[in-house]
Amino acid sequence: MEFGTRSKPRSRVSNQSSVKAPDDKCPHKIQLYSVAPTDTISLQEFEELAVERLKVLKAVETIGITHQKGSAKYCELLEKEIGATKLKDSFLKVNGIQGDEGERRKRDQVSHFILRLAYCRSEDLRRWFLTQELDLFRFRFQQEDKESHAQFLVSNNLKYRPVGKAERESITSQLDGPDHFSNMDGVEFYKVPFTEALDLVRNRKVFLQKGFAFVPQDDLVSILLSVFRTQLSHALTVTSRALPSMEEDGRLLPMLSGLSKRYLGQDYSVRKTNVGAITADMIDMLSKKSFPLCMQNIHLAMKSNHHLRHGSRLQYGLFLKGIGLPLDEALKLFRTEFTKSMDVDTFDKKYSYGIRYNYGKEGKKTDYTPFGCMKIIMNNPPAVGDAHGCPFRHFDTDFLKQRISSSGVSKDGVETIMKYTKGGHCQVACAKYFELVHGISDSSSEVEMFIQHPNQYFENSQKLINGPGKTPTPRGVKIINSSQNSIPSGSSAEVKQEPMDEDLDTDMGLTQEQLDTIDQDTSS
Amino acid sequence: MPETHNYDPNTLPDLLPLYYKRLFPYGPYYKWMNYGGVPKHYFTNREFSFTLKDDVYIRYQSFSDQQDFEKELQKKCPYKIDIGAVYSHRPKDHKTVKSSAFIAQEKELVFDIDMTDYDDVRFCCSGADICSKCWPLMVIAVKIIDRALRDDFGFEHLLWVYSGRRGIHCWVCDEGARSLSTQGRSAVAEYLQVVKGGENLVRKAVLPEKIHPSIRHSLQIIDKHFLEYAIKKQDLLSYDFVGKLGRDTASRWAILQKRLEEGRNMNLVKGYTEEEVKLQFCYPRLDINVSKGINHLLKSPFCIHPKSGKVCVPMDPKNIDDFDPMEVPTISGLIEELDTSTVPETDTEGRRLKDYKRTSLKPYIEIFESFLKGLESSRKGKMIEQSDVKMEF
Ligand code: SF4
Ligand SMILES: [Zn+2]
Repeated sequence: MEFGTRSKPRSRVSNQSSVKAPDDKCPHKIQLYSVAPTDTISLQEFEELAVERLKVLKAVETIGITHQKGSAKYCELLEKEIGATKLKDSFLKVNGIQGDEGERRKRDQVSHFILRLAYCRSEDLRRWFLTQELDLFRFRFQQEDKESHAQFLVSNNLKYRPVGKAERESITSQLDGPDHFSNMDGVEFYKVPFTEALDLVRNRKVFLQKGFAFVPQDDLVSILLSVFRTQLSHALTVTSRALPSMEEDGRLLPMLSGLSKRYLGQDYSVRKTNVGAITADMIDMLSKKSFPLCMQNIHLAMKSNHHLRHGSRLQYGLFLKGIGLPLDEALKLFRTEFTKSMDVDTFDKKYSYGIRYNYGKEGKKTDYTPFGCMKIIMNNPPAVGDAHGCPFRHFDTDFLKQRISSSGVSKDGVETIMKYTKGGHCQVACAKYFELVHGISDSSSEVEMFIQHPNQYFENSQKLINGPGKTPTPRGVKIINSSQNSIPSGSSAEVKQEPMDEDLDTDMGLTQEQLDTIDQDTSS
Repeated sequence: MPETHNYDPNTLPDLLPLYYKRLFPYGPYYKWMNYGGVPKHYFTNREFSFTLKDDVYIRYQSFSDQQDFEKELQKKCPYKIDIGAVYSHRPKDHKTVKSSAFIAQEKELVFDIDMTDYDDVRFCCSGADICSKCWPLMVIAVKIIDRALRDDFGFEHLLWVYSGRRGIHCWVCDEGARSLSTQGRSAVAEYLQVVKGGENLVRKAVLPEKIHPSIRHSLQIIDKHFLEYAIKKQDLLSYDFVGKLGRDTASRWAILQKRLEEGRNMNLVKGYTEEEVKLQFCYPRLDINVSKGINHLLKSPFCIHPKSGKVCVPMDPKNIDDFDPMEVPTISGLIEELDTSTVPETDTEGRRLKDYKRTSLKPYIEIFESFLKGLESSRKGKMIEQSDVKMEF
């Protein structure tokens, strides 16, 4: 199998286990994984490493959604979760650790590369893997001390050096005054082209001058993350292209595909069983009962403006496709509203293309997948006049409160939801909102789940209202441990009992038991 | 705005052939799009798209050289020309290559600022109209974005254009800008986007505890215009909403400022209310989706706005205060000038003058040419640098 760009397929899966780590290959505890492993490992070991790393990444995802990244609580929880996996020695900083350091680095490297293979095959998978790997990297890097950081730069051949005294003074003088960034005494700055510090630039967290960003040392990790992101996303693309050639080894591919299918949760592209069940004239009623706030909001905006901007048409159109609204009904829905402010001709000329496009009937003819919450929250924030985005992230506090209480949520309930929103936990806030409007918990109880996808919200709601069986069963509400001994509330327990994906029986590589443990490890 | 003196949109089909024959500045335009022929395929692989009569829209046009381009424009007489990306293959052949291989590789980093996005903060007109009372918003926008792109990002070759009606565009043409990744583009755009939030976010400019130096600079620019624009021209506080608070907007603003200051001194008011108000009213509102995508199309300079008849002309950011959108020539005006121009057809050395140099388009072409000169000299500088490097070995 081919991992990297140039490396010849040297790795063979065999039944003998011999993992030896040449230290010069992984010169630092933390890696950018630019070198592919070349050793032979057994099939069992292959599986075990994959499953263990998945557990870690799952924990990274879950805890990252419910807690402020980098906060003490976040680190504590993550440490605990990682500590329960077999990769703990590779990832955690443990004093007086025994055994073979090379071996530990090796397991880190190999497990990363296996998942790289499993998660390179679609954009959604790549995005998920990339996000979690980056968070894991950040967590690990921040656990290390200054000295180790410096070593990391050297061993990865990264030429970032602090700027000299004179330049430093000239920068701090510009930052000084009543509102300089922070206390500048003794802070080192790294001067890098702004293109290498895009995240800092984007958030205006760094001083820019003539195309260079002056990165304070505490933000160095952000630069490294961007290096890592570039390398990894490139590698994922390359790997996905090389993947077909792997089909010679009949054992690996099904297992890899099983791995990835299992752990991204539901694929909310159109499910055939669903199509046709829903028509345009049902949308109004459904939007009140079963749409998450983001979709309710777009729907309302459409009803009052008789128009939607591009971002909203995309987010809403794909969502509607996902709940089973067929193309002709979608056209009908949009046409009815839009033509209140324009003539049919204009509509057909300007907007019907986009709707057909969503359904894969125009342009690249791709059957586009509805956006997940992460994508809605992170990408493309709404600008003035836009109605898309996630209300829990992009609304003004007062306005959000007003919207929530107009859905019939009590005052206490509103406050509970706002508490999550303020902490930046949009998807938890959304879950609480779900529980409250469906009357399955009260404002004082802890939330037991989070919403990953607007279509998941919809399907869960429909199922609660209509009873199971009427709509296809979603998988994807994950129960998270907000407190150690919490007993799952009715709703989440119910969700948890749902049948697994039909695809599971093709997960040849992994047993049901193994698959279950991964979920449980991060969810109970 | 007194809609363009004597232009009648119905005459456009008759005027366009003449415009494309005699006035469109092909020479300088090609010089721009060709970037000195480095890399070679820059012009040939560039996507243009045309909007023809009756909204017929054709994408993926491309041309082998200036003659080809000229010939097509004169034949099709497009109502609108959009410029897209430079692709891996010639766009007109895009059907013959696999869609995964047909990739948008480079494009200028572009910004689009449209007056309609300010509708909630201007009270003189709305929608597609502009007037001398709201135009200062665009002046402020040019100054702020121009400064940030140059001083913060180090870009040098910025082409600012007036779209011909209610908006302005900026084309950042530095090599580094043209090859910027999608993430890079969106990071720059978001850095510059201070006023944000959808329809449902009331307060749109929120400042953190520490104001970024770049926003400080922007505020300084706004300060130079704020009284004149917001108080005198827009009369923001004309409505006496808090009882007797002074006689007119200016004195009310002064009172407000004083109260805020007092409040701050007494620790009653936190944050930057005054600054946020200023940003909310005056900071440029970018349509950042236009900036983010490499393959996003943007209206080309020197096409005619079909509704106003105005030419989409370059503006000089250094003299932006003097730019008056009402004075921008219309197609009908220009064609009339061709017949009546008193400028001789040849220059002092007997060379034939281009027709556009004999009309009121001239000063705008000169701005364009000086922009091109800048591009060329930095290209030369680079070549000398490179040959120096070679000499060393
Ligand atoms: S959390 Fe997800 S489903 Fe809920 S409102 Fe936000 S984007 Fe929509
Ligand atoms: Zn006006």
